[in-house]
Amino acid sequence: MTDSLSLQSKNDRPEFFNELLEPIDEIQPASVTIWQRLYGQGVLRKFGILLILAVIWELYARSLNNPLVFPAFSDTLVALFDGFLSGELLSAGVATILLLIQGYALGLLFAAILTTLASVSKIGADLLETLTAMFNPLPSIAMLPLAMVWFGLGDGSVIFVLVHAVLWAVALNTFSGFKSVSQTLRLVGQNYGLKGPGYIFKILIPGAFASILTGMKVGWAFAWRTLIAAELVFGASSGSGGLGWYLFQKKNELLITEVFGGLLTIIVFGLIIENFVFNSIEKATVRRWGMLQ
Amino acid sequence: MNVSPPTLAVDRVTLQYRTDQNIVTAAYRISFNVLESDRFVMLGPSGCGKSTLLKAIGGFIKPSEGEIRLNGLAVKEPGPERAFVFQEFDQLLPWKTILENIVFALTNSGTLKRPEALERATHYLEKVNLSRFINAYPHTLSGGMKQRVAIARAMAMEPAVLLMDEPFAALDALTRQQMQDELLQLWEDTKFTIIFVTHSIPEAIRIGNRILLLSPHPGQVKAEINSTGNDSMDENGVKLSQRIHGTLFNKTSDTEFNHD
Ligand SMILES: Nc1ncnc2c1ncn2[C@@H]1O[C@H](COP(=O)(O)OP(=O)(O)OP(=O)(O)O)[C@@H](O)[C@H]1O
Ligand SMILES: [Mg+2]
Repeated sequence: MTDSLSLQSKNDRPEFFNELLEPIDEIQPASVTIWQRLYGQGVLRKFGILLILAVIWELYARSLNNPLVFPAFSDTLVALFDGFLSGELLSAGVATILLLIQGYALGLLFAAILTTLASVSKIGADLLETLTAMFNPLPSIAMLPLAMVWFGLGDGSVIFVLVHAVLWAVALNTFSGFKSVSQTLRLVGQNYGLKGPGYIFKILIPGAFASILTGMKVGWAFAWRTLIAAELVFGASSGSGGLGWYLFQKKNELLITEVFGGLLTIIVFGLIIENFVFNSIEKATVRRWGMLQ
Repeated sequence: MNVSPPTLAVDRVTLQYRTDQNIVTAAYRISFNVLESDRFVMLGPSGCGKSTLLKAIGGFIKPSEGEIRLNGLAVKEPGPERAFVFQEFDQLLPWKTILENIVFALTNSGTLKRPEALERATHYLEKVNLSRFINAYPHTLSGGMKQRVAIARAMAMEPAVLLMDEPFAALDALTRQQMQDELLQLWEDTKFTIIFVTHSIPEAIRIGNRILLLSPHPGQVKAEINSTGNDSMDENGVKLSQRIHGTLFNKTSDTEFNHD
């Protein structure tokens, strides 16, 4: 007990009380120079790095002086613009994107069905767990030969492979996201009368949105790589001829500068989707809600 | 004598958790009545089944014996007429603003249409002094502010009974006292029926007009005591807090009970 202790200590400091507090002024943020401001922009920093890489590329290619193996950056850009102007590269890009959207959308749909089954019944959960354990380690592109037997040499088999690439990553992440929604939020949802689909859409999906997004990103990355690879293998026979096929064709014609142009296009598409589409969704949702730092 | 029928009747209720290995009895044959405008406090040591009991009243857990009746009707499932305030700070939906958190509760439960819901939500946020934060997201608020929003949300439902599970337990002592005063002020304004769970004797005395004392695990009713809001002495010169302490532990000596 405190009363049995003697807690006497020397204290010469006078006590004081502030009758009036200082009025609160607006505090201006420290001024920053234009350079600091530019440096603070992640996009600009990365753009700077790209610029340096391009310069190194250009210098190296010129010193090598062998456009058949390693064309210069400037030549690649020219090939890129030519490709777009002639419409060849553009139509290849559009074909790839269209196929990707179909496969991705279908993959999301199947993932939604599977996770719904898994969240309403124990047997559904077991099904999801078993299927993902089986198929997740299987690279989607390995399914291509079989898909060609089943769906023929058309878009069907590519879409099948894409669905396989997207489905497991999204289903797995969504389901584990559902399971980690806090008990309190679940009770709150029930308290205010949410049941069935309302409960899934208004509590589980937003509550698990951070992991759903992760699943969608991973699924997207799988799908994008798988698609280019699939097109490399048999783009022409699918009739559409996407970016992968463009690469393959140009290599056969020994148009290495065009190959580089095609590669650049693939990189740029990938960057746009990852940095603009997914990052914007993330900023507008989970970051805004404080569910992701 | 007050002979009005009870708002909430808990009738010989036993609550159990079934785990894979065994059955845990959390509360055993509990009976009590809560009257209209009661500030009914459930007090007992940690683990005695207070939260379980409150969740059963909320309809989240089914009694394995006995019955809970709200205005004469058996409680079967969760419902907005028994609005719940949880102990945890994460009871606000992080993807909705403060205002939308309350509007969501009102519209989803079918209590009000959106325009009226907006109006009522604004009104109750004013009551808990959070008008300035109407469009803020929960993660930008302090713990005490979040609890105030949760209380405003539950009160906006204008429920038959308001269930509060240690809503101030995670707050610092200063904020806690302020929130207790605010709650009493709100009660003064609207005279709603509250069931309030706590394991702090001073809080029970301050908040409650009627205090249910539960024994340690598994919880059984030890006593029901009246309180006038301050720790007054009875005719024998024994303070209310000492009487409660004595009843809970069958002695008056010191134990590790929460005194803050
Ligand atoms: N989900 C659960 N599964 C199994 N047993 C549980 C579960 N929740 C609680 N219990 C048991 O039920 C008993 C009562 O728990 P409860 O949470 O109701 O206590 P409490 O009185 O609210 O305690 P506290 O004051 O610490 O919150 C405890 O002994 C606990 O072990
Ligand atoms: Mg508890």
